[in-house]
Amino acid sequence: MTRRALFPLSMLAFGYAFLYLPIAVLMVYSFNDNRLVAVWSGFSTRWYGELFRNAQIGDALWLSLRVAAVSATASVLLGTMAAFAMQRIRRATGRGAFEALAMAPLILPEVLTGLSLLMLFVMLSEAIGWPAGRGATTITLAHITFGTAYAIVVIRARLSQFDPRLAEAAADLGATPWRTFLRVTLPLLAPAMLAAWLLAFTLSLDDVVIASFVTGPGASTLPIVIFSSVRLGVSPQINALATLLVLGVAVLIATAMLMLWRAERRSAP
Amino acid sequence: MDADQDRPLTGGDAPPIIRIRGVTRRFGGTTALDSVDLDIGRGEFFCLLGASGSGKTTLLRAIAGLETLDSGHILVDGEDMTGWPAYRRPVNMMFQSYALFPHLTVEKNVAFGLQEERRPRDEIRDRVQATLDLLEMGALGGRKPHQLSGGQRQRVALARALVKRPKILLLDEPLAALDKKLRERAQAELVSLRERIGITFVVVTHDQEEAIGMASRIALMRDGKLVQIGEPRDLYDAPCSRYVADFFGAANLFAGTVAGITAGIATVDSGEAGSDLPALCDGQSATGAAVTVMVRPEHIRLSRQRPAQSSALAARVGALAFLGNSYACELTLPTGKIVRVRLSPLEFEAAGRPAQGDEAHLWWEPKVARMLSQ
Repeated sequence: MTRRALFPLSMLAFGYAFLYLPIAVLMVYSFNDNRLVAVWSGFSTRWYGELFRNAQIGDALWLSLRVAAVSATASVLLGTMAAFAMQRIRRATGRGAFEALAMAPLILPEVLTGLSLLMLFVMLSEAIGWPAGRGATTITLAHITFGTAYAIVVIRARLSQFDPRLAEAAADLGATPWRTFLRVTLPLLAPAMLAAWLLAFTLSLDDVVIASFVTGPGASTLPIVIFSSVRLGVSPQINALATLLVLGVAVLIATAMLMLWRAERRSAP
Repeated sequence: MDADQDRPLTGGDAPPIIRIRGVTRRFGGTTALDSVDLDIGRGEFFCLLGASGSGKTTLLRAIAGLETLDSGHILVDGEDMTGWPAYRRPVNMMFQSYALFPHLTVEKNVAFGLQEERRPRDEIRDRVQATLDLLEMGALGGRKPHQLSGGQRQRVALARALVKRPKILLLDEPLAALDKKLRERAQAELVSLRERIGITFVVVTHDQEEAIGMASRIALMRDGKLVQIGEPRDLYDAPCSRYVADFFGAANLFAGTVAGITAGIATVDSGEAGSDLPALCDGQSATGAAVTVMVRPEHIRLSRQRPAQSSALAARVGALAFLGNSYACELTLPTGKIVRVRLSPLEFEAAGRPAQGDEAHLWWEPKVARMLSQ
């Protein structure tokens, strides 16, 4: 290896270390036998065992998964419809405005989104009595708002590459618009929809800021439980949980990427 | 095979399968179709020819129902298609890009249209297989479109439209995406395919050679209007305007005025040629009318000696190219006008093997020169 290559390589190593070393340390210490997080005293999987016996974390995980699944599904449905509607807008200025509006939740500070949603829910429940209290429903609704924004981005990207001739060919072969959607558009869009679903699911699973604003008593998602337990002192259980979460999310994201990549390759001319 | 009998009817007795009446289509400020009237006969191999933007593809899409009309009517087999969506029309289209469904195998692509007709499973399987066999694609039914070559994709697109047994098959630049060698073969195959299955073909192309090679009749389009309709020979030999003459192969055009007409042969005084030119009278233009004389390069005779014809033009031989089966020659008249001449090797010998820089004389039989009034 030449000296010239050494510098960029070390920079690269440093960059990745900066990104991933903290996570690696966390993962390694999840196998620490000691009650004190920072003191290594030997390899053990006891914290994983305690984690699985912890009912509070189990409930929180179950709630988080439910919220994530429902909000991801709703986000993809809304996002698909929005993406189609935007595709139909002929005038570039009108389309640009709609796109900017739909994607605003992506750049809005989460604190703002959370606060404004909280105020909305409070006012709504006073005005029309729904949502009655704050809990799983309000978290789900809140997650749909930003999940939809991400879904639009992913699905729009795929839809803009969609050859309109394919829909015309289907019509020419006798397919009504609905049949064309079912047999041509939907199958070709499915990978993007799945990728969007996985993305929205992951983001929902991950969210702590917005969820803490709009949640109510008795409805604690996993990130909220982790956050509040860390404030009382880090238990090695949390390390174990975080390790499992990182792995789970990594698998989901990798799956989503693979789906998109395969779809791109298949439809390449 | 008897050529006349084989050539499908070109109007007249039997009712046409397509009747186009006053069809107009505007996109914003541009008029893509400008009150087009056209009849296409049953069993024809009809070519819509024109430069890009002439409206030929828009007309094809209008027949398929993929364009809405601003005004006018299209009748297929006597039935007015106005208000019929594309998915109910008894016509099928082969798209220029083929538009094969990338997520379906060849077999499923071809079966798509029959499934939409809710045909029985057995019938679908048999018809798909028969159509793929017809196009020599029987062995590739399990492949996906991205695993096929360009020529194979073209056949799948053709099979997908044909399997529906449409009354009319519409083909949008069916050969444009093929390379040159494949294109010549595919062209011959399309012609023989149409003869075997007897469906009316309407083909859009921008390539006049392709149109001449395939079509029973051609409609030349320009700016959303039909300029001339006829058999390939008609358009080549008797174009109705300078535009048509120029579009169909090489043409020598001389602007002038009619000086006199004797026994069906006009004498045209052409400033461009610097001389009086003989031409077949078009039967309309009278003495004094402004006309253009058109002579195809292969109709011009050439000689180094001064010929007996009084109308012969003196010229100087410019560029000369041997093309294998012919010689292409450019001559300059004293007026500076360049005349293109195509000679067979025999004619080249007879002309005395003219070389660049030589003085030569040009003439033609009066009846091969056409008079164009536009």
